[in-house]
Amino acid sequence: MKKLAIVLLVALLAALPTVCLAEADKPFAGTEIKVYNWEDYIDREVLSIFEEETGCHVNYVTFSQNEDMYTKLSTGAESYDVIIPSEYMIERLIKEGLVEELDLNNIPNLDNVVDNLRDPIYDPGNAHSVPYMWGTLGIVYNTEMVSEPVTSWTAMLEKHDGKIFMMDSMRDTLAIGLIMNGYSVNSDSEDELEAARAWLLNQKDSGVVDGYILDQAKDMMAGNEAAMAVMYSGDALYAIEKNDKLAYVIPDEGSNIWVDGMCVPTSCQNKAAAECFINFMCRPDIAQMNMDYIYYSSPIKQVVENLSEDELASTALNPTDDMVARCEYYIDISSFDNAWLYDDVWMDVLM
Amino acid sequence: MKRSWYASPYALWMLLFAVVPLLFVCWYAFTTPDGTFTLSNFQEFVKPRYMGVILRSLKLALYCTVLCLVIGYPTAYFLAGRGFNHAQSLVVLILLPMWMNLLLRTYAMMTLLDDNGVLNAALEALGLGKIHVIGTEGAVLMGLVYNYLPFMVLPIYTVLKKMDYSVIEAAEDLGCNPLRVITRVVIPMSVPGIVSGITMVFMPAVTSFAISTLLSNGKIRLAGDLIDYIFNQSSNPTRWNIGSSFSLIMLVLILISIGFLRKVDPDNEGGGMW
Repeated sequence: MKKLAIVLLVALLAALPTVCLAEADKPFAGTEIKVYNWEDYIDREVLSIFEEETGCHVNYVTFSQNEDMYTKLSTGAESYDVIIPSEYMIERLIKEGLVEELDLNNIPNLDNVVDNLRDPIYDPGNAHSVPYMWGTLGIVYNTEMVSEPVTSWTAMLEKHDGKIFMMDSMRDTLAIGLIMNGYSVNSDSEDELEAARAWLLNQKDSGVVDGYILDQAKDMMAGNEAAMAVMYSGDALYAIEKNDKLAYVIPDEGSNIWVDGMCVPTSCQNKAAAECFINFMCRPDIAQMNMDYIYYSSPIKQVVENLSEDELASTALNPTDDMVARCEYYIDISSFDNAWLYDDVWMDVLM
Repeated sequence: MKRSWYASPYALWMLLFAVVPLLFVCWYAFTTPDGTFTLSNFQEFVKPRYMGVILRSLKLALYCTVLCLVIGYPTAYFLAGRGFNHAQSLVVLILLPMWMNLLLRTYAMMTLLDDNGVLNAALEALGLGKIHVIGTEGAVLMGLVYNYLPFMVLPIYTVLKKMDYSVIEAAEDLGCNPLRVITRVVIPMSVPGIVSGITMVFMPAVTSFAISTLLSNGKIRLAGDLIDYIFNQSSNPTRWNIGSSFSLIMLVLILISIGFLRKVDPDNEGGGMW
């Protein structure tokens, strides 16, 4: 035993100088970045690889809603180096000057991003953001508990042989109310938002909804504990992988399509390392690891070309052009005349 | 050095982290975002949906307090009994769950009460069919009682333990039957403990948050959840002002209930914090 300890000690001492040398070679040795991302939205292994390659320590923290993230960021109480909000929030952060302009020379891997997500409306020229993942909003249902194939949001108004869950998310819940009345998910009309309120409250008061939840939904669906839930496509695919009785549908009336992008907030302390991290996340092997782990659709060309037949056939991972065409992106509503109504309606639904 | 100086670290702590923040809350509650004086933040409060949330919080906290008293008093009485040698270890058992974080305990409750959880598995095994708990007010109430029951048992236990046993013997000698001993001697003498227990359960219960959201799948929200939502997620530009006014209203409600309880126990014998 003692011998072994000595051998180990000697080996350790011998290895020490080489480790130190290697550390010093790394571009961001001894520095740190703070990454603020959605819950359950990365393969953590990726972070270790980044740390190993660059020597930069990643302090990784998570949020569960864009609005939470915005509150933390706008009060300025904490500083972050990389944040990954959705497109409408990026639009708002740009407007309010809360994100830095990116030095795209540091992010050559931006070229790997598929053409239709380059130069987006919410951020012309990708000046402030680089797409991380994209997806849609839809319904996951258990084909054994729900007899008819679901095609419409109206399925969320009927009792089924199991629980039904809506989302604990303002924009996504209001979107359903607006779509069901035939309006845009970005409405600024009082009448239209009142119609959405009526639809959502009617649904709530009828007692069909068993709750407004977020991350628990995928596990409940996977465990046959619920019949139907509104979900983002990646969470849906995660549940489907675990339970083959589940199906994902983008309802006929339309839905939301979204992109989450990586940005550098103005509170950033280590911009070069942050841009290095964004570039790293766009590397095909890393993007592949993340996609395999979180089941969302990667915008990286090489990953898209590598999709298997099963993956190409999946509504959640690879929606058809028809489905994409009936989906609408969110835009930032914070400067709308009736922005307060979104909050007001949501409070009525929630409280 | 004067003896009062020994308390200065605590006084400084309170000043920085309780008094100053409270002043901020008052400032925000009575102003608009641009700093002019207003009372309109308090008008928000009378909207039916907010009143509904507050009334629901008061109702559930009241139920919780009553249940804790009904369950906790006999427990404390049993533990404080004379000639019972294992009381200390049982008190530790009551305290044990509190060494764990409140959120963890609530997640454990979710697993226990779930439709496919331990409780329902046990009921099914006994041939009693499933019951649906999670998502109901009953689940929230169970969560509250589970989390706050020790706060009721301990102060009552302390008071009963200190009680002079010869008083009970005297009552017995003078012809009281066991029931009368309890209703006329034990309970009146333990009022300070009861008051302290009620305060320590009602206060955190009425302002609790997260427990309700978790155990109801987000369907039942209490005053604490409301204030949390207003501060953290609302896009309303006056959210800090409205949130502060609601916090003040809750504070006043609690102060009123404490003031009321102090009338019952003016000498503060229950060892409560007030």
